[in-house]
Amino acid sequence: MTIVRETLLPPAPPPRRTGGPVGWLRTNLFSGPGNTLTTLVILAGLALLLPPVFRFLVTDAVWSGGAGEACRPEVAGRPVGACWAFIGAKINYLVYGSYPAAERWRPNLFFGLVALSAVWMLWLDAPRRGLGAVFVFLVGPLLSYGLLAGTPVLALAPVATSLWGGILVTLVVSLVGIVAALPLGILLALGRRSDLPVLRYACIGFIEFWRGVPLITVLFMANVMLPLFLPGDLTVDRLVRPLVGIALFASAYMAEVVRGGLQAIPAGQGRAALALGLTRVQALRLVILPQALKVVVPGIVNTLIGLFKDTTLVSIVGIADFIRVLEAARADPRWSAPTIPATAYAFAALFYLAVCFSMARYAAFIERRLAAGERGRA
Amino acid sequence: MRAGPPRPGSAPRSARGRALQALALQVLVALALAGLACLAVTNASEKLARQGITAGFGFLAQAAGFDIGQRLIPYAAATSTYLDAFWVGLLNTLLVSGLAIGLATLIGFAVGIARLSPNWLLRTLAATYVEALRNLPLLLQLLVWYVAVRVMLPEARDPAAWGGAYLSQRGLVLPRPEFVGAAWLVPAAFVAGLVGARAWMRRRARRDAAGAEPGPVAAPAPVLALGLPALALVLGLPALAWIGLGLAGHPVGIAWPSPGPFGPEGGLGILPEFAALLLGLSTYTAAFIAEIVRAGLNSVARGQGEAAAALGLSRAKTLRLVTIPQAMRVIVPPLTSQYLNVTKNSSLAVLIGYPDLVHVFMGTVLNQTNQAVEVVAITMAVYLTLSLGLAALMNAYNRRAAPVTR
Repeated sequence: MTIVRETLLPPAPPPRRTGGPVGWLRTNLFSGPGNTLTTLVILAGLALLLPPVFRFLVTDAVWSGGAGEACRPEVAGRPVGACWAFIGAKINYLVYGSYPAAERWRPNLFFGLVALSAVWMLWLDAPRRGLGAVFVFLVGPLLSYGLLAGTPVLALAPVATSLWGGILVTLVVSLVGIVAALPLGILLALGRRSDLPVLRYACIGFIEFWRGVPLITVLFMANVMLPLFLPGDLTVDRLVRPLVGIALFASAYMAEVVRGGLQAIPAGQGRAALALGLTRVQALRLVILPQALKVVVPGIVNTLIGLFKDTTLVSIVGIADFIRVLEAARADPRWSAPTIPATAYAFAALFYLAVCFSMARYAAFIERRLAAGERGRA
Repeated sequence: MRAGPPRPGSAPRSARGRALQALALQVLVALALAGLACLAVTNASEKLARQGITAGFGFLAQAAGFDIGQRLIPYAAATSTYLDAFWVGLLNTLLVSGLAIGLATLIGFAVGIARLSPNWLLRTLAATYVEALRNLPLLLQLLVWYVAVRVMLPEARDPAAWGGAYLSQRGLVLPRPEFVGAAWLVPAAFVAGLVGARAWMRRRARRDAAGAEPGPVAAPAPVLALGLPALALVLGLPALAWIGLGLAGHPVGIAWPSPGPFGPEGGLGILPEFAALLLGLSTYTAAFIAEIVRAGLNSVARGQGEAAAALGLSRAKTLRLVTIPQAMRVIVPPLTSQYLNVTKNSSLAVLIGYPDLVHVFMGTVLNQTNQAVEVVAITMAVYLTLSLGLAALMNAYNRRAAPVTR
């Protein structure tokens, strides 16, 4: 059988344009009947969904008013969307809780310290980062505690932790979690890789225990059992109890992240360091940990995002964090209006989305930078 | 271990010295841990004694005396014990976790595949879903479902009705089949249908693989031809059993709910707390599963998809037969840990009042009995057992599915 064509085929038409806006539309939205149908269905759905959301958040929203009356449709005489006046009236409560108004400069200064530390730690080319680490993990926490709780020596009046609230508490809980969990997590990760069986199994048991139970049970446990374990009539501050629970819980997750970094460092690095005459501690401090921690920066940031979201759970055990003061503000009878819950949750969603999303972007940026470094080295 | 000249001041240690040092360190660690535990136990027992609480698990046999809104096993406030309450709570946790795992897997795979769609709009929409839900606390999402979404529903006095179902702020009420007498045949037929369908699909797949049905490669994908008989088996067998029972004179009764003055009465009620928890958990977890699925699909070499396309497989068939089976190896380990997270996150039920294990046991029972140590220990032991059990299963799967290295 021979397959030989005897007539000349007409030339095929040139391929359709793939460049330019029309080409982009064609390849990305209308490349076939199924694709076109998908596009049309989604467009119809968005056309149905987006205008009401926009109307709720912007056009129909009430931007000013002294009480819930302004946000009632029968008073306003029009359909009412989000009641931003409510957020405006409650913003101080949402940020500081019941912290005394005259002392609010102290939380503000604390926010400033946090911003400074964050920039120092997150900006990888910042000057004197070693000093920054000392500040963040040692000086900063002590300074913040003295500032917020009050130090009579410096003529700062004491403020009971039961008065703290809102974004301030959310920030305090997450920062304590981070500052305690990172060093503890590094120690646990090292212990888990130790040659000494007792140490290793103790660390494995610790890590797997905290990773195996829900955070809410940990918080309940810290609440009821921590006072039991302490000698005599020693009591624990109500805010400190969940902090201990969160620190232990987060350190177990941090340990697993750090362990991933330690595993990524070739064994030859440690051997070379020992061969150069470094002691084991020096090899760890100068050779292995700096490399391992650099690799896991994205993992650490992702753990922080989880931690930041998880701090909302302290509201269940009675700590006045952001969510709890939001719920309390929502229940204010002076501000009872149909759209108040939706407004409150929209505001909270914007807050958490802004913080978590920017942290996630940062982690992705570091990941790309590390990948570029690897490519450059290869 | 250490090459090179020893530094002055640190005499070279013998292997025996090092071993001794290691032993001493370990004994020290063990002693410190034991000491801490001992201190905690002494303090706790002293304080408990002062509060007049007797340690031990005897309280589990006492009458509970409180009611639980949703129970899968018989439970009555007056006669049931704390142990019964424990089982009710545990079953509620397992019910909501199991359903949420199924739902989250469905949504997660759909969104994960959509993130790699050639359609820009679908891709972007899926990415927005993932970024939005992943970056919001689950607790906030539960509040939104339970409070903000619920107020949009009609009030219980005037529920929305479809067929025999009623939806209101007090939850969803469905017609409930009454399983008395021989009616167990219907669910049994459903299970038989499932087993039969699976066996049929397997046989079919083997026959295809053996090439018993050689046909044009580019034939239209017979998804329907493959799926329809299976679907008929799964749905048809129970329907047949239902009709057969009716003809034999033992019809399966259905309790239809009816609108009452305070809300729908009778039927199968689904608590709004349950619905909010189920929806919140599954949509939240689905965002994480979508990312896992996307990473898994991306991990399959691009040539695999191209080769499948060159063989004439449609995009759907390529995904189903070539890409997803290979991606599963990467997907399954993180997927199991997400399933575990669902189980652990279901404890947020306590926020909205769904009677799960934590709410019933660590909440009500702990408050009534004050047996803090025992209650906390039991609850944590349950979650630990679930976690470690699932981890063991996952390790077994990993060993089986480990890539064959050549």
